[in-house]
Amino acid sequence: MHEMSLAEGIREVIEDQARKHAFERVRRLRLEIGRFAGVEKEALAFAFDVVMRGSPAEGAMLEMIDLPGRALCYDCGELVELADRLDPCPNCGSGKLMPQGGDEMRIKDMEVV
Amino acid sequence: MCTVCGCSGTVKIGDLELTHEEAHQLGLPHGHDHDHDHVHAHDHGAHDHDHGHAHPPLSGGTIHFGLGVAGTSVPGMSQSRLIEIETGILSKNDAIAATNRRVLRALGAFAVNLVSSPGSGKTTLLCETIRRLGSHPLAVIEGDQQTSNDADRIRATGADAVQVNTGKGCHLDADMVARAMDALPLAPGGFLFIENVGNLVCPAAFDLGEDAKVAILSVTEGEDKPLKYPDMFTAARIALVNKVDLAPHCDTDLDLIETNLRRVNPMIEVIRVSARTGEGMEDWLRWLKARLTDKTLRKAG
Repeated sequence: MHEMSLAEGIREVIEDQARKHAFERVRRLRLEIGRFAGVEKEALAFAFDVVMRGSPAEGAMLEMIDLPGRALCYDCGELVELADRLDPCPNCGSGKLMPQGGDEMRIKDMEVV
Repeated sequence: MCTVCGCSGTVKIGDLELTHEEAHQLGLPHGHDHDHDHVHAHDHGAHDHDHGHAHPPLSGGTIHFGLGVAGTSVPGMSQSRLIEIETGILSKNDAIAATNRRVLRALGAFAVNLVSSPGSGKTTLLCETIRRLGSHPLAVIEGDQQTSNDADRIRATGADAVQVNTGKGCHLDADMVARAMDALPLAPGGFLFIENVGNLVCPAAFDLGEDAKVAILSVTEGEDKPLKYPDMFTAARIALVNKVDLAPHCDTDLDLIETNLRRVNPMIEVIRVSARTGEGMEDWLRWLKARLTDKTLRKAG
């Protein structure tokens, strides 16, 4: 969707952290991306490489951890895990599901020197 | 207990105390506490990544100072360290959006973020809404990649409008809205209409500080649009199915549109409107005024 903007958001966080924790370089960065976050991981990896140029994270290794998509079923009331946003409820087959998490886009941690 | 998240008790959003249910209804971001500690109970055998918590330094390769930056360093070993951040990628945007929300709450103004594909009739609908609101105080922020055409159309109705050109950007962000709000006369008890860039994808992720996202979907776009772009319709509190006067000419199944909207968002409210003929416009205005009253009452209470 807007992976360039996301990469810019990541850069802002990294630059803040670099000032706060006085590090020079990020070796590795781990993101947690929910299945329903609408993030195209390949596009984000590409944007990351471009946007991090000239920042402490230039050349850093990017790892993305998938977080499951969960939804509340309005028919059976169960909190279920969905592989795809439009899958039916695995418990009762209903299609009335409200996502409850899975839209996360978080920087988990980073290894710095 | 909240039927959406299952949480009981209240959440503090700014200086406002709401129940979880209210917070969900209003689409306000808020935390969900758990009653357990976050112990990392995962199986280490299944992962090949490193962890940032209280492990002894590993030999060979990278070490991390388990307790974060304050951890001790081991002389002669690699100086790399692991910083746990756990920060949202859009945390800066979200912080500015929270400030916008506080400003709007202090004013008792109700803000809607109008989202849709290009060409759904957002601006025409907005002009007609403004005309029908008469002398009610309101202001408009228009987002487009280029041109001030839309703000010009809004100003022609007599309303105050600021055009934000995003250049290459595909969405408005909270900072753009903050700056536009500074440039606008926002009256207490008024409406702020934010017309986002015509795009059903990106604006879903960017909180602007609005009270509600309003998705506009015109009948010429195909009944399955909510299924194709579920994120936006999930984020929206209400959908306006616009150009209903064209439905018979396009063989559009309006009921199917509603079914598909509820398929991706069981909570969504739906109003069928035509900005051109005026059909449904009074329902839409009633909805707006009721939400404004809710907000004013909450502020007073």
